[in-house]
Amino acid sequence: MNPLTLLTELFPLGHEVRFEAEFFAGAARTAVGEVHVIGTVNNVLIGAELAHRLAAETLAVVQAHPRRSIVLMIDTNGQRPSRRDELLGIDGYLALIAKCLHFARMRGHRIVGLVYGKAVSGGFLATNMLADACFALPEAQIQVMNLPAMARITKVDLDCLRVLSRTSPVFAPGAENYLCMGAIQAIWTGAIAERLIEALQAPVADDRRRRDGAARGGRLFAEPISARVRHDGS
Amino acid sequence: MNCSFREATARMRIAGLLDAGSFVEFLGPSQRACSPHLQALDLPAAFDDGVVVGRGRIAGHGLLLAAQEGGFMGGSVGEVHGAKITGLLERAQHEKPTAVLLLVESGGVRLHEANAGLIAVSEIMRAVLSTRTAGVPVLVLNGAQYGCFGGMSIVSRLCDAIIMSEEGRMGLSGPEVIESTCGVEEFDSRDRALVWRTVGGKHRYLTGDTAMLVEDDTAAFRAAVLRLLDSVKPDLSLDALVAEHQRLGERLARFGGCSDALEIWGLLGAQAPESLPLLEIAEFLATVAPLRGRA
Repeated sequence: MNPLTLLTELFPLGHEVRFEAEFFAGAARTAVGEVHVIGTVNNVLIGAELAHRLAAETLAVVQAHPRRSIVLMIDTNGQRPSRRDELLGIDGYLALIAKCLHFARMRGHRIVGLVYGKAVSGGFLATNMLADACFALPEAQIQVMNLPAMARITKVDLDCLRVLSRTSPVFAPGAENYLCMGAIQAIWTGAIAERLIEALQAPVADDRRRRDGAARGGRLFAEPISARVRHDGS
Repeated sequence: MNCSFREATARMRIAGLLDAGSFVEFLGPSQRACSPHLQALDLPAAFDDGVVVGRGRIAGHGLLLAAQEGGFMGGSVGEVHGAKITGLLERAQHEKPTAVLLLVESGGVRLHEANAGLIAVSEIMRAVLSTRTAGVPVLVLNGAQYGCFGGMSIVSRLCDAIIMSEEGRMGLSGPEVIESTCGVEEFDSRDRALVWRTVGGKHRYLTGDTAMLVEDDTAAFRAAVLRLLDSVKPDLSLDALVAEHQRLGERLARFGGCSDALEIWGLLGAQAPESLPLLEIAEFLATVAPLRGRA
């Protein structure tokens, strides 16, 4: 969905979101109070500069608007693969966003993630995956990589991967699979402004993705394995 | 006697690092915690899924630690592998050891478990942040054969401090990935000198991304851990984040136009940048001491 149309639908009471290249941010009104929107467009590849900008915006919200909820709408094809970004230590720039979002959560800012376009690997890891709860629109594409590239790199036959992805959410891209595995809390359909209000009012919990993934049958091992390591030998 | 950290297996690294006889493994190989997804692909599994987790001591300090094994699928993070590290970090939040050590060796997400691997890395990231928030430092040791790439490089940069050897490598998109995505003219992954000076320990030390640079020697890593245990205290305060944000902003302004590490080292004030890769560690550290902290 076009991000401007989406913002209009999400915030019928209005917003002051401004765009600068692939980045956008600003205040928005909801029935349960002001929120701050931070997002990106055009499936942008996140390089060091954009990562730095996203961290800046997060820190600015924490400083200017204590406890204000943040709606993260990151549309990304992942990190920018370039020698120059690696030279600058792009991993550190992405880690900085993650630290700022974590800090905001610790300071009482609720973070609601919404994947409306693409969410891929490093760009997803450092942003929406830090939200208290991450949601997706039905057309959202979430993935590590597509099946043909996966087949090439893992040297597993593409047809074999296609067959497996019909029965297992592990292999194939898609918001439904991430829902099933617990990384997406719900897929928003219908009146999305109401879905947002519900998300802004839901109780905040610790990382519940393993429990959700186990309950939904999409990720059965992460929860029991981590529990066994927590308790083994004690 | 020098005992190479790079050449060792994950279990050998642990044995060389810790006080003799102090290691206790959690969910060891006898408990057969294997990846269910590799079995579905008819691929061989490992009884520890490529990561060893447990507790032990260094000079009496109680620690929790995880060591990735590059020999199994490049140390990549699958569902079970990731859950073991996450569980260890959560354990640390309750047990409050002196620190958690992550002996990283990983290509990042295990593509054979694509979605499950990506979520697992995210869970490790959040567990690292929660562990630090609980006041327990998390230290990274990076000097193993396969280096540390993909999501595990972000994990590393979330931690309190990184110890690297010159042979250690750290980057988000690995040289091979960049070459296959953008072409050999962007990054020639077979140009070893280029790879080392872009993602290797010396460059990461010069820019301050790694706290300590040590010889490829397990005893040197142990000594570095001991030094950091005395000085590192988790700080995720607003002041710390604002300072880091400013530092990374200055880096973009100063070095954003550089296309090679040699240019950055020159801008930092190195007299003969091209000679730095050739120096032994002790000589290198002495030479660059005045340049550190300027990045």
